[in-house]
Amino acid sequence: MQAGKMTPFIKTGAIWAFVVLELIFFSVAGEFLSLSDKAFMDLDNMLLLLKQSAPIGIIAMGMTIIMINGNIDLSVGAIFALAAVILLDSMSWAIFAGLGDWVIPVSWALALLTGVVLGAVNGLIVWKTGVDAFIVTLGSMLGFRGLVFMYNGENPTSELNWTLVDFAEAQFLGLHTATWFLAAVTLVIWYVMTKTVHGRNAYAIGNNREAAVNAGIRVGPHMMINFMIIGFLAALSAVVFYSESGSVNPNDGQLYELWVITAVVLGGTKLTGGAGSIVGTLGGVVAIQLLRKGLGHIGADTETVNLVIGLILIAVLFLDRQLNLKGKEELKI
Amino acid sequence: MATLSKQDIGKILARQGILIAFAFFIIGFTLANGRFLSPDNVMGVIRSSAILGVMALGVTFVVISGNLDLSVGSMMSFSTIVVLDLHDKIGPALAIPAMFAMTLCLGAFIGFLVGYLKLNSLIVTLGMLSAIHGLTLTYSGGKNMDIADKDGTWFDVFGQGTALGIPVPILMFLALAALLGIILAKTPFGRKVYAVGGNGTAATFSGIKRARTVFLCYLMSAGCVATAGLIQASRSLGSQNTVGQGLELEVLAAVILGGASLLGGSGTIFKTVIGVLILGFIQNGLLLVGLQFYVQFVVTWIIIILAVWLDIAAKRGKLWSNIA
Repeated sequence: MQAGKMTPFIKTGAIWAFVVLELIFFSVAGEFLSLSDKAFMDLDNMLLLLKQSAPIGIIAMGMTIIMINGNIDLSVGAIFALAAVILLDSMSWAIFAGLGDWVIPVSWALALLTGVVLGAVNGLIVWKTGVDAFIVTLGSMLGFRGLVFMYNGENPTSELNWTLVDFAEAQFLGLHTATWFLAAVTLVIWYVMTKTVHGRNAYAIGNNREAAVNAGIRVGPHMMINFMIIGFLAALSAVVFYSESGSVNPNDGQLYELWVITAVVLGGTKLTGGAGSIVGTLGGVVAIQLLRKGLGHIGADTETVNLVIGLILIAVLFLDRQLNLKGKEELKI
Repeated sequence: MATLSKQDIGKILARQGILIAFAFFIIGFTLANGRFLSPDNVMGVIRSSAILGVMALGVTFVVISGNLDLSVGSMMSFSTIVVLDLHDKIGPALAIPAMFAMTLCLGAFIGFLVGYLKLNSLIVTLGMLSAIHGLTLTYSGGKNMDIADKDGTWFDVFGQGTALGIPVPILMFLALAALLGIILAKTPFGRKVYAVGGNGTAATFSGIKRARTVFLCYLMSAGCVATAGLIQASRSLGSQNTVGQGLELEVLAAVILGGASLLGGSGTIFKTVIGVLILGFIQNGLLLVGLQFYVQFVVTWIIIILAVWLDIAAKRGKLWSNIA
């Protein structure tokens, strides 16, 4: 147990060391393999990387709380898609016709509300029925996706509002709007997890639920709030992404849960709950995005990226296992 | 034992709850559309459930052993693409065993990671979902796969043929179900699977080789996936790289509907078959009464949660959870 205090630090450090390693590798490999003349470490490229990290990153912050809490949410991709449909579709609703560009905040609010409500549905079911979050969100992954398809069949929902696009493409102090959203979410969730009672309770519940109950923490409402937070963040991610793109396909966001969970696990959050850090998750998000971008830079295609990400996830799990071996009996096969 | 307490009644209701609900569905659908229970329709439903069903049989072993397999969908895509590709290159007689061997290798790899290295099966198979999808795309070069001479091959028998008037996919599904049902219920290996899933530590102390049991479960799952891939390939004689995408959820849903606990240690092949049929009939029934195709996603969601809820409510003897 002496290592207990060191491992979180090592893990958070490890993911950032991995990020640096990736940067070096892709810069060097890029010199020889890249098809373009531009260097990988180009400033524009890095800024773009941060922007592209935002959709996954914003959701990953919510997933970190959920997983520290000892739960999991597989429905984030579907929530993302449904929020996007509401966002884009509501802009052309007749009742909002007189609003002009003021429809934007209204549509945003509707999309975010959708996320919160869907999260609340997940949370309420987990709380009241006691069914494992894995099964509940596995089901709602299917169910919410069904709602997305019911909306517009297999057709995309499109609405391009140029004011919105201008806002989404704006750069402030050199950073894109999406990057600012990611930064703000990271900061807020970091604050919640490290400085507030809610954050401390999340660790306590994930660590030992019974002890947390005995200590007077109301586990059910706490978990429900967390599901609402991740629902909100999944919707926010959709708002950030679709403000710029303006068109959502009913299949969008599929496998997002895979990317998000990969980022969170890479960042050192334990699947069994009770341990994890927001800074680590941010590292995980950047590491994954670097990997996708870097592999693309040196000429690998999506298939190879999928292959590599999957194998890295498994390798990290293996390393994590080695770092956290509790006793010798675990080693016996 | 002597008196039937309220809790026992709850337990019985929960155990049979899904069957009772199923009966209501059948009656409702039949009233709504007389075609629902016609032999043609019933046969059609079972036939189209066969691919999902074959995969669910293997996953039942994995789930009972206390693990998960989220990679079966992309593994099925892999098998389908490989067998279609090899069909033209080395002929169907060699392509089938070659495809089985390759799929079993993937299963062995997962089994090694989860069984021997004891990594978390959820994350391992989530990673493998992505990795195998990448492997499939690399193999096919991202292109769809088609058999060159679609009329001149006997390969279509697995997906389109009939024997004794029954479609071959149904026969394969039922035969495999019978075989695996016997293995799970009547052999020492089956007992080990339950023991490992029920209480792994106790199983280890009683001399069961836990790692090997888990490994074999994944191997069986991979074998089932390869069979499903064979049926899929033979049915369409051409395929996209994404053919199995998302199927892992339906498979898991069927297994859970059948009453297997995700915590391991419980479930039977028979119940999984019931779970598969329930999913199939409900989807078919919803279509027949004219509901949109996608509504069935939502209905499936509600049914899964209701079924699991009833199950655990009976175990704890209370409808609502104990979570404060």
